[in-house]
Amino acid sequence: MPGKLKAKIVAGRHLPVMDRASDLTDAFVEVKFGNTTFKTDVFPKSLNPQWNSEWFKFEVDDEDLQDEPLQITVLDHDTYSANDAIGKVYIDIDPLLSSEAATVISGWFPIYDTIHGIRGEINVLVKVDLFNDLNRFRQSSCGVRFFCTTSIPLCYRAVVVHGFVEELVVNEDPEYQWIDRIRTPRASNEARQRLISLMSGELQRKIGLKVLEMGGNAVVGYLQCFDLEGESGLVVRAIGTACTLEKLSGGGATNNAQHTANSSPSKDMKESPKACMSGCRSSHSSPVHGAASRLAQSFSVSYPTLLFSGTQGSNRPRPSLRARGASAAQSLASAARQCRPVFGDECPSNPLSSGPSTPLRAPPFTSFSPSKSYSRQSSSSDTDISLTPKTVLFPARLCLYLSPSSPALSSVAPPISCQTSRPPGSGMAPRSTTPPPSHVAQSEVSMLRKSVSFSEDMLLAASGMGSGGSAGKEAGPLKILLRQQTQTALEQREFPFFTLTSFPQGFLLHVAGVVSARSVKLLDRIHNPDEPETRDAWWEELRQEIKSHARALGCHAVVGYSESTSICEEVCILSASGTAAVLNCRFLQDGCLDVLSEHRCDDSAPPGCGFCHVPYDELNMPFPAQLSPCCCCHRTKVPDVLFTTIDLPTDAQVTGKGCLIQARLCRLKKKSQGEGNATCISNLLPFLEYELHTQLLNKLKLCGMNALFGLCIQISVGENMLVGLASATGVYLSALPSPGGIQIAGKTPNDLTYDQHVSSIQRKINDTIVKNRELYEIHITEVAEDVIGSPIPEPRQRSRLFRSHSESSDELSELDLSHGKKDAFVLEIDDTDAVEDLHSLLTDAPTPPGFYSCNTEIMPGIYNWTSAIQMFTSVRVFRLNNANLTNLGLNKIFNELCENLLKSLYFKLRSMVPCCLCRLNFTVAVPEDELIQVAVTAVAMSFHKDQTQEANKAAQAHSQMKAIAETEEQLQFPLELNAESASPLSPKGSGPQDGSNSHGRAPSVDYSSFADRCSSWIEQLRLRAHTIRRGSIKTSSSPLPEGRSRSLRSTRSFPGSSVSVVKMTPLSFIPGAKIVKYLGIINMFFIRETTSLREEGGVSGFLHAFIAEVFAMVRAHVAALGGNAVVSYSMKECVFMENPNKNQAQCLINVSGDAVIFTRESDQEGHLPQTSHPQPTEDTPP
Amino acid sequence: MSVELDVFVGNTTIMDQEVYQLWLSGYTVGDAVKVRMDGGVLDGCDASAEVLRSDTMDQFRTFQMCERLLHNPAKLANQLLFQIPPDRQAMLIDRYYAFDDAFVREVLGKKLSKGTKKDLDDVSSKTGILLKSCRRQFDNFKRVFKVVEELKGPLVENIRQHLLLSDRLARDYAAIVFFANHRFETGKKKLQYLTFQDFAFCAGELISHWTVGAMDNQLEDMDVDLDKEFLQDLKELKVLITDKDLLDQHKSLVCTALRSKTKVFAEMEASFKNLSRGLINIAAKLTNTKDVRDLFIDLVEKFIEPCRSDRWVTIDVNLYLTHYINSAHILDTFKHQAVWNSLWDELFKMLTDIQHVTVCFLVKMGMVASGASAAAEGTRATAASSEEPVPVHPTQFTTSISFSFRDMLNVGCRAWPHSGSQAC
Repeated sequence: MPGKLKAKIVAGRHLPVMDRASDLTDAFVEVKFGNTTFKTDVFPKSLNPQWNSEWFKFEVDDEDLQDEPLQITVLDHDTYSANDAIGKVYIDIDPLLSSEAATVISGWFPIYDTIHGIRGEINVLVKVDLFNDLNRFRQSSCGVRFFCTTSIPLCYRAVVVHGFVEELVVNEDPEYQWIDRIRTPRASNEARQRLISLMSGELQRKIGLKVLEMGGNAVVGYLQCFDLEGESGLVVRAIGTACTLEKLSGGGATNNAQHTANSSPSKDMKESPKACMSGCRSSHSSPVHGAASRLAQSFSVSYPTLLFSGTQGSNRPRPSLRARGASAAQSLASAARQCRPVFGDECPSNPLSSGPSTPLRAPPFTSFSPSKSYSRQSSSSDTDISLTPKTVLFPARLCLYLSPSSPALSSVAPPISCQTSRPPGSGMAPRSTTPPPSHVAQSEVSMLRKSVSFSEDMLLAASGMGSGGSAGKEAGPLKILLRQQTQTALEQREFPFFTLTSFPQGFLLHVAGVVSARSVKLLDRIHNPDEPETRDAWWEELRQEIKSHARALGCHAVVGYSESTSICEEVCILSASGTAAVLNCRFLQDGCLDVLSEHRCDDSAPPGCGFCHVPYDELNMPFPAQLSPCCCCHRTKVPDVLFTTIDLPTDAQVTGKGCLIQARLCRLKKKSQGEGNATCISNLLPFLEYELHTQLLNKLKLCGMNALFGLCIQISVGENMLVGLASATGVYLSALPSPGGIQIAGKTPNDLTYDQHVSSIQRKINDTIVKNRELYEIHITEVAEDVIGSPIPEPRQRSRLFRSHSESSDELSELDLSHGKKDAFVLEIDDTDAVEDLHSLLTDAPTPPGFYSCNTEIMPGIYNWTSAIQMFTSVRVFRLNNANLTNLGLNKIFNELCENLLKSLYFKLRSMVPCCLCRLNFTVAVPEDELIQVAVTAVAMSFHKDQTQEANKAAQAHSQMKAIAETEEQLQFPLELNAESASPLSPKGSGPQDGSNSHGRAPSVDYSSFADRCSSWIEQLRLRAHTIRRGSIKTSSSPLPEGRSRSLRSTRSFPGSSVSVVKMTPLSFIPGAKIVKYLGIINMFFIRETTSLREEGGVSGFLHAFIAEVFAMVRAHVAALGGNAVVSYSMKECVFMENPNKNQAQCLINVSGDAVIFTRESDQEGHLPQTSHPQPTEDTPP
Repeated sequence: MSVELDVFVGNTTIMDQEVYQLWLSGYTVGDAVKVRMDGGVLDGCDASAEVLRSDTMDQFRTFQMCERLLHNPAKLANQLLFQIPPDRQAMLIDRYYAFDDAFVREVLGKKLSKGTKKDLDDVSSKTGILLKSCRRQFDNFKRVFKVVEELKGPLVENIRQHLLLSDRLARDYAAIVFFANHRFETGKKKLQYLTFQDFAFCAGELISHWTVGAMDNQLEDMDVDLDKEFLQDLKELKVLITDKDLLDQHKSLVCTALRSKTKVFAEMEASFKNLSRGLINIAAKLTNTKDVRDLFIDLVEKFIEPCRSDRWVTIDVNLYLTHYINSAHILDTFKHQAVWNSLWDELFKMLTDIQHVTVCFLVKMGMVASGASAAAEGTRATAASSEEPVPVHPTQFTTSISFSFRDMLNVGCRAWPHSGSQAC
């Protein structure tokens, strides 16, 4: 179905001089969409042209609307020769296709040229009139919203989480087409940019279709990546989690991010009913809402009530499932069919849905009869039945548990009934000796592999999980279609994966540990771009593998799931990793639906420790691990160490603060080609992973911590080396046992000097641990008898320090040795490698005072953030001049590189102290033979030093914070956006008004109908503004009455008015502010090339300028959408290539994030006393 | 093993003021690192020189990229490349356009041409300011000059608006532009003791009284050019020295007024004709561009030096000039010549300025009025001529003398230079 795209070119400014003679430019603009092109008139002899064009109208299919970007080219008119291009702007109009996102794009865009960078700016207005499309065979998926954020977006509530969606698109890389030899670099770059833009549009559309099929309306945790496979093509792939989201109106909006840690139960109580009510009103039928409300209550974020449509079944255990085998699938399907009417019916008047939901509408839910709802639920259960058997089989404490300690690794046994084509082999040793035979060398190494065989039915059950299968709006009434859909949905839903990293409370039941899989592939040319089966199949394998790992850990789901690749020449390493987990809606099972009462913590699993509990029973452990009673509830067992890829759950009980822990490793490898190369790499991989793991574990112990969150292991392949970098945030989980010390011993105990040496090292290590505990405020009272300092730790607390660099057979025997003996600790000081290793362990510089760092969203122990944030990207490339480096030397260099980079960051940001670097995201690459490239993106957020514990102190700090927030506000350009919220005169008095206004207004403003009026108004204003301020900078006062400001944001584009401030952060929230609206996804790809590298300041100058330009373009696009911040920002790709001899360099950058509107909380807190009160710190475990 | 590439880019551009200053001063990265190390920036940080170097490099690069924008400060406010808070922007601009008094003193009144630019290395070695910094300052002068050259309206206001400079800087730049435009001679040895601020004051006076803009406050005014008509009219003043009667009358009037008011009355009486001739001659010659250039040197040679040799103090000069002008008014009434009305206005205008200048000059010479403040002023003035002087603000004098030169009082005086070195 068609839509009408309208674009208007208003003006340009700061254009470059194109005519040397006159020092001026005769600029005009071409506006292109699809195959239609319009041109503006030439605006002669001006560097600040005012075209003020008519509205250019494109009538197009919405399929095209999704795929194509709007292309705006600014040219210099030349009478005699060809017109010179000044630069281009690509505008992704996707945000306009959703009714809830932006309604108009209007603002100044940098005019970008791939050779010259930004060359002036152009002011553009874009609108879309979209006709409703009811054709169910359509190819478009307009209206599906995309979020990069890996949690439920802050002003939404998840009605249903449907599950994993993935898609990939392939094409030929224009850079490698024959035509590239004859066209200019500019043409080639532009072709590439355009193609990738097209491909990502297509990808989003296709994923959107899948989501619609599942009945969802949004994709959360959308992760899109490019694989530049060189000759073999270009792959754009994406994964995400399909959800049905519902906008929170009213109360929800005032809640703020969890990070201000104000989740006092009373407050939740107060507000959650509101949220529920809105949920009911919107008629998502089904009793499940009762549960939703409960979830909302317990989850301090924003009531993202996560409803798991299927989970209801879980209160009725079905042990039979296991036995029934294939019939399970049938029952699933039929269950799904049954439930269809309930889930599918949107309309509140439908008797079916209105029936059950009635009780829910009663505000306190007390009238709700549990039994009734249950029967209802069980009948409607569909996909998630798998949850049920699981929980039942492993009595209720099945949880995630990650390979707790290195010994576990060695316990890897050959997978017995492996689903995948993984080459048989047990442990690492065999694999290294038997390279996979096929030309596609495979070597999947998982961190943890368990040799558990599982029956078909379990698989099936699991695969159904999370699939939702519930029909969406469109599909609702069409039963037949529905049935088909359910079936396909089930088939597709073979992967119970979630790209989310943080969840509503109660959703995540147990966490078992990290599961990962890698495979090495040889790339070959993609012959038919329309059938990307090979790539699909590769990922399929990998996912299967992951799934089997998760099953081996007794888990039915994988959360915090992500995929990545590393490509060097024709070898490609595909990696997938996630955290095996048991998900559940506990509240739905245990029948206590009335848990709206204050103390919802049900006794079986105290909220702070439940997720750490080991999911399997001791006798049946998937691998050797040391289990001990949970330190919180003393009832269930927990592992001694927990590794995960997710964020720290908000309710986790943590002692002290966390810190960034990194394991860094380089491995040399012989240069080779093709298959040999692939074999070589796959042989190295297990060792690399193993040692990374060891390093992580040792460092974790050194920090005195016992759990890792946000673990991300990257392995990059270069021509002659492999580089591994594992980053995670270490914390001390109160529930887990205190980590033991690290014990050092020599192999030759007779030597006296040696003993001294050993003991001095031991002392050093112990000192470091003590120091670190001090630093991270880990005070453990009950562990008085703890080992620290005592020469002989109790067996249980000992850990091993593995020597990490030897490739000798020796290590293998060590592995075997450790296999059976959990308590063994090996101290091989006489191995020079180990000494070196120890050294590097000890030389990791602690963060300077006032700094903390983590790679997760939340830093435990820090609550009172100020509003000062600084996002940054830093890139370093290291050249290894020394040709004959050893592994050891290489490691040292790499280690130093990372340490220095961190030190630099701390130094740069020293003015923000006390501050925390959050979401420190490291990416390593080996762009060339002897180059290592490390790119870091993170945000520095300062906080108030005094973690006040009492209420009155808190209030003080609060007002202080407010003051700071206000001054900051003043420093910045008052945004029009802030106009409504910034009433600094009487924050208290105006608070309530504002609050109610913003609720009322945000949803009620009819943007589209405003649009026309607005724009004419805007023009008038602009004219006036133009005459008024001639040449003077005015930073203040938008001429608009404050109430209208939001819909008139484009006024910002007045010539002469200042540029609006756009905040950027890799986190999903902005401290001290609430996100009131998500405007759409930002997903941009840029290429920059230069043939005058030296003149642009060398490689550093070139890249510096380019990154700054990328930021500028992101900010401009966000501002044009009407936003004032980008959250969940990330730089996915930064490929830098240089050729200094030719004075050339080229760089590709891909960034993404969510454009949002936020408002400061300062003006609202007057009547929201709890907001951002620091919580009492949890220094002492209960 | 070497760092091949090292960049850091913040969403809000991070700029350290200290590093900015080092960059502006033309330091190389290496030197800047040294200065920062010595400044103790690493104290309390666990960071190496390498870290400092990387930080310095980064910032220097940022500044370099910003420089293009700083050349057109209005652009800085609405460019998109760097996100810089407004207060920082103002800081960047002000610091960028700030200049060293020592440097500007060398260039003041010179043509802002390529030739002058080539001589900057001499200036650099003379003043000790790094060549890079000299170039930046010189280019700034040139840029400002170019921007306001063709603009109508008040000079200071134009500079302030188009370059977003602070008031103080805008006034200084107005002076620089004014001097460069008229190529006033300021480099002569006799003028050496005057600082840039002294000249800036003079420029202010001249701009407000002698230019076209000062004559009529229409929008069309041009502040940069002297009012030709006015200069032409000044020729008429010659009658004061050519007409014997008039000269005598004038002298007797002044002398009557001054008698017993000053210790140097005798000298005053004796040199009246000389001084009057000197002043009027300067005024009458101003139609000639060459003589305009020499205005200051002439003033010093023809008027200030004689005064000084007669050991006048500031108050004396002030008295003398005041009465010189007043008496002329009386002459006017005697003569009842209509033309005089305007003539005396001219004279008044010119002499007021000259009086300011002279007074200033005298202060600098150490020839201050006897009295309580004299000693203090004297010492300060002595010190002033040898090193970078903080000129005693002459407003004090003017106010203390409480003469009828209202506008003089309002404006406050500054120094017009003259052979300073001898005096001290």
